[in-house]
Amino acid sequence: MRPLYGLILAGGASKRMGTDKAALDYHGKPQLQAAFDVVSPLVEKCFVSVRPDQTGNPVRAAFPQIVDSVDIDGPAAGLLSAHQAYPDVAWLVLACDLPMLDRGTLENLIARREATNVAVAYRSEHDGLPEPLCAIWEPEALERLEQQVLDGRTCPRKLLINSPTKLLEPYARGALDNINTPEEREDATRRLENPTGGPMIRLKLEYFAQLRELAGTREQTLETTFATVGPLYEELRETYAFPFEASKLRVAINGDFAPWTQPLKDGDHIVFIPPVTGG
Amino acid sequence: MAAAPVDLTLLREDLHLAEAGGFCTFEGWVRNRNDGRPVDGLEYESYEALAQLEGERIVAEALERFEISEAVAMHRTGSLKVGEVAVWIGVSAPHRDAAFRACRYIIDEIKHRVPVWKKEHYLDGDAEWVACHHCQTAPRASETDAHDHDHGQCGHHHH
Repeated sequence: MRPLYGLILAGGASKRMGTDKAALDYHGKPQLQAAFDVVSPLVEKCFVSVRPDQTGNPVRAAFPQIVDSVDIDGPAAGLLSAHQAYPDVAWLVLACDLPMLDRGTLENLIARREATNVAVAYRSEHDGLPEPLCAIWEPEALERLEQQVLDGRTCPRKLLINSPTKLLEPYARGALDNINTPEEREDATRRLENPTGGPMIRLKLEYFAQLRELAGTREQTLETTFATVGPLYEELRETYAFPFEASKLRVAINGDFAPWTQPLKDGDHIVFIPPVTGG
Repeated sequence: MAAAPVDLTLLREDLHLAEAGGFCTFEGWVRNRNDGRPVDGLEYESYEALAQLEGERIVAEALERFEISEAVAMHRTGSLKVGEVAVWIGVSAPHRDAAFRACRYIIDEIKHRVPVWKKEHYLDGDAEWVACHHCQTAPRASETDAHDHDHGQCGHHHH
């Protein structure tokens, strides 16, 4: 596996916000600092991506920087400049406008790197497509992006869609909500006041057969910040020593079979269904 | 889904239609041994609401797929002794071939899809939830059909 470096993207124009998104304070420090602090312990080296006219900017000046060496619009400029500076490393890329992001989301991303994929990314909770700006880009993906840009298309998301990208289900609800407007900022601040760091939902679980016996209960109410049932099952499996891998189970949400990717909402009724043995 | 024994002659009555030239049943019974261990009885637990819903879907699929007149399926829950009827499928049809095939389809799909779990009580006093054994069994009728659709689990994908 290639070395993993971190790249915090802070070169955006923040037009819709009306003020520099890197400087916004959600966590008692500028958001750029918060993003740097969560990424840097997870990577060998960590940089902030800036435009040439931003190098001396007070919010950005204190960090190791990679200055755009590619003259194109959008986040591809930062990605390709990083790749030119260090062509043999993989990049954990993170936009600095994701204040809801939790460390677990990044750790999960890193844990799921595979030699057979050129990138690892999360599926958007909003449209199901890959989120390119909280993702791991292997050198092969950046080479492909370089070629795509030469062909006149600068969209990093399009590159991930058209490449062998490992797509992960959302790890924590709302973690990748990017905050672009003053209204969204207000909402994010409100959600962050919840001490768990993400919107908490209450679920009702019902267990049957072997799972009921191992859990020691038929019904259970629990609060969680997980976005989907996958990580919830992993947590319960550890707690109760359930013998089944998630791939052997089906799940029912609100009384009918449901895909494992179905977004959870407050009040959902969940049943994990072990291999059936009727007849 | 039935928590107590059901009068099978009543189930049969629903199938006895004028257009039907015959009917075919499958009864699943509790047998006295499994994997070489003497069995005293079984306990079936279900997720009842979903078991009912999925069972109704399977019967509706059978009515759609085969030239049959009527189909009925019953599955027991609770404690059953050796020899008791655990599952009952009945299909009537104008002609026998469709009745046999639909009957096979319904029992196969029930075994793969309906959320019911079986705990075996052995003569030595021990009891165990029966492990999934779909993967080793013969393919379902639906899997040999031309338009296969997989609702299974146990190594099949669940998306």
